[in-house]
Amino acid sequence: MTETARHDPLSRELIAFCIGAQEFCVDIMSVREIRGWTPATVLPKAPPFVRGVINLRGAVLPIVDLAARLGFAPPEPTVRHVIMVVQVDDRVVGLLVDAVSDILSVTDDAIQPTPDVASELARAFVRGVLAIEGRMISLIALDSVLPAFEPIAA
Amino acid sequence: MDAMAAIKQTFFQECEEQLAELEAGLLAIDNDAADPDTVNAVFRAVHSIKGGAGAFSLEALVAFAHVFETALDQLRTGTLSPTPEVLKVLLRAADLLADLVAAARDGGAVDAGRSDQLIAELDGLGGGAAAAAAPAAGGGGDMAGLVFQPVRVALDFGSDFGGEPEADAGPAERVFTIRFQPRPELYAKGNETALVLRELERLGRLAVACDLSGLPPLDELDPEGAYLAWTLELTTDKDEAAVREVFEFVEWDCDLAIEADGASAGAADIEALLAAVRAAADDPLLPELELPEPPLGERQAAAAAETAAAAPQSEAVAQPAKAAGRGDGGAPQTIRADLERVDRLIDLVGELVINQAMLSQRVLEAGHAPGSAVVIGLDELEQLTREIQDCVMAIRAQAVKSVFQRMPRLVREVAGLTGKQVRLITEGEGTEVDKTVIDRLTDPLTHMIRNAIDHGLEAPEARAAAGKPAEGLVRLSAMHRSGRIVIEVADDGAGINRAKVKALAASKGLIAADAALTDEEVDNLIFLPGFSTATEVSNISGRGVGMDVVKRSIQALGGRLSIASRPGKGSTFTLSLPLTLAVLDGMVVTVAGQTLVVPLTAIIETLQPKVADVHGLGGGARVIAVRDAFTPLVDIGRELGFRAAATDPLAAVAILVETEGGRRSALLVDTIQGQRQVVIKSLESNYGAVAGIAAATILGDGRVALILDVDAVIARAQADVATLDLVAAAG
Amino acid sequence: MSTTVLTVDDSRTMRDMLRLALAEAGYRVVQAEDGVHGLEVLAAETPRVIVTDINMPRLDGFGFIEQVRADQAYRGLPILVLTTESDAAKKERARRAGATGWIVKPFDPAKLIEAIRRVAA
Repeated sequence: MTETARHDPLSRELIAFCIGAQEFCVDIMSVREIRGWTPATVLPKAPPFVRGVINLRGAVLPIVDLAARLGFAPPEPTVRHVIMVVQVDDRVVGLLVDAVSDILSVTDDAIQPTPDVASELARAFVRGVLAIEGRMISLIALDSVLPAFEPIAA
Repeated sequence: MDAMAAIKQTFFQECEEQLAELEAGLLAIDNDAADPDTVNAVFRAVHSIKGGAGAFSLEALVAFAHVFETALDQLRTGTLSPTPEVLKVLLRAADLLADLVAAARDGGAVDAGRSDQLIAELDGLGGGAAAAAAPAAGGGGDMAGLVFQPVRVALDFGSDFGGEPEADAGPAERVFTIRFQPRPELYAKGNETALVLRELERLGRLAVACDLSGLPPLDELDPEGAYLAWTLELTTDKDEAAVREVFEFVEWDCDLAIEADGASAGAADIEALLAAVRAAADDPLLPELELPEPPLGERQAAAAAETAAAAPQSEAVAQPAKAAGRGDGGAPQTIRADLERVDRLIDLVGELVINQAMLSQRVLEAGHAPGSAVVIGLDELEQLTREIQDCVMAIRAQAVKSVFQRMPRLVREVAGLTGKQVRLITEGEGTEVDKTVIDRLTDPLTHMIRNAIDHGLEAPEARAAAGKPAEGLVRLSAMHRSGRIVIEVADDGAGINRAKVKALAASKGLIAADAALTDEEVDNLIFLPGFSTATEVSNISGRGVGMDVVKRSIQALGGRLSIASRPGKGSTFTLSLPLTLAVLDGMVVTVAGQTLVVPLTAIIETLQPKVADVHGLGGGARVIAVRDAFTPLVDIGRELGFRAAATDPLAAVAILVETEGGRRSALLVDTIQGQRQVVIKSLESNYGAVAGIAAATILGDGRVALILDVDAVIARAQADVATLDLVAAAG
Repeated sequence: MSTTVLTVDDSRTMRDMLRLALAEAGYRVVQAEDGVHGLEVLAAETPRVIVTDINMPRLDGFGFIEQVRADQAYRGLPILVLTTESDAAKKERARRAGATGWIVKPFDPAKLIEAIRRVAA
């Protein structure tokens, strides 16, 4: 992993990860930790992108399958998959991804708007895209990825 | 936050405590249950609030507190008698004081008319005496002489005298000649001449002459006597009032004469005076006797300071120790603890329990024999952990008193609004329950009491017509019963009007018009969603909160709510709650490969279904015969969506449970793993509510297991069956 | 070596304010919640000055001062009384009980320090 030192006060640090062949990133400030996959306890009648819950040092952590959420085929998770533990407001949630790669340091103006060709689903969850060294990395809007907070109707 | 802001917070916290004491004390006096100190305690409560409010310049609060305090002072001196009418005014004054405190804290405002009216009423009690006394903040009239602000007067005496011209045209200097002779009492009270003189010196230039003529020979000297007199010359630009102020504390214990010369003495004059004074006082004894009193305190202070330096934490430690050591007789001694720390401790102990369970499991899996030293050691560890957990949970246990305390005021308000006369009796206030439960009790209890007064109790005329006393009774009680806390709200009103309830439920389609229901079933109709007997929404109970919401909020806590009613006699609501929301005794079961926990409190027994006992009812519903009663079977696997196909009862285990209203169901699970005490983990904080699931826990293998919400699952199952029924009937 | 002041007041708010004002002026502060507690702390701490409230449970200010003065060991120990009472009778009673001086509540920290300096070094 390359780490770029922060020179510019307007820059942000993003952590990049991949799902399938595509790359994504989120603001590193939201990421609490990174851990390997452990089998999750299924939640009854949960949306298909919620894998279940795991034990994170005594707290119950829901696992969101990011691939399924973004509309891709859900993976069969193995120990080589990664769970990114993220915090949005008061909620702590685990995101299931394939692998984590670099930490990028970018300025706000490096973030381009999402291209029109992107699918509906993608646009709902992607806040913008970055072009880094020939790679296109989509910036995920975390709050839209999490399951809705209302009690699930019977 | 800065120090003053922190103290302000402390002040408002303290106000809450004082207000609670105030109300409790006034109620005790009203009920003739007061002891001799109660009146003093009540006075002190308001006095304290006034004092703190003054420090933070909360004018409205100070003004009202002062009038209130005056009335209470009259009560404690016996000038005012504690008749019921008087107590009523005082209780309303206490309510207003509470509102003023809240307004001061939250930045709101209290209706001035209400304030003024209560002030007038309080005045009326004391025959107008309260109004006559001006608030202390304004300065009492007769003591003005002791607390004053020196007024600078610019006088120009410069041209009247020879001598050096004044450097500035400011207040001219005057000379005061002071004769000061202390009496023994002055020293006995801890005053010291040296300190007084030092204060005086701060005002200007001081010349001191000591008159030793009163000194007896050494062998006749009383060490506690006073034999010295001083003549002082003070040149100052301050006025006489400022000079007198220095002697403020000692005035009564000395002979004091202050003369102002009025004229500014030239520097040369002072020098001459000093020379004369020194000549007269030329005595070797003088320097030692300048300090008449050996400041014993100082030596002690120096010694104390040294020991203090060696034990810098002694003060901080001494306080909690003192607080602990102060306990009277049988009263439990308490210390203050940061709630966050206690919560953290409880979390840690919870994880300790989980860890210990995991360890036990792994040891067994590793093949250690049950009788081996390791396993025995782990059993002991489990006992210890359990004990620690019980002790730690007990720390957070609080008496329900803190919730019950808010009810008297609520009763007064609702009684006032509905025009009914109500008396509230509370019992079992000392019953303890975990803080997590206490916090969630207030709302349900508030609604139930409002309901009891608004709907349960009749108006005074109706009661009289029925031969009941005009004053209705609401009894609020708490007790421990079979490992839970049971709270009852009972009223002696008219009871549930069953005919009206049944008709209303039918009209809302909640029951069939001709349904045959037992009395108990009719009573329970009020808990159905969408039910309300108020034809128009009364502004008290009807704020969109029906008994169904109350019941659901109690069930969300793992509690139960039921009602018993007798026409003409009254109704009793019974609320039962687990003692803590943090820990649960449960039965661990497997359903479709998933591990679930069923709360033990709901479980009556477990059964192995036999062919002869299982019957179909149509529409997919099945029942099992348990000792001649047909009990509905609930297929947990299907209800939770873990499997699509129906579970075969013969290959499963049935858990007989009892739900609200005493109805029974049999839950079908695959296997039973055993009974455990589990630590409850919330699903809501990170995820949200899941239908049919109450919470989660972490088992010995480190995996998350879901805790079943028995009542919810059964309710859903019944709804599903009803749907199937209708479909079958239609089809 | 700083001077020790004992403050006796049943109000937590008042104790905090006294501590703040006194500590800022360099005094070492020990505290008690009422007259009985005050006697205990007095025995343990040997303060140079006492500042006490009047209205307190268990043993009020007057009682406390009388008890202190009754003990020869504490002769000459300065005791200042905190009072919101503009009542001359109360001040007189405090004086007769043996109070050295008084401070009016709500107190001005400067006046508090001044009063203490007037009775203690």
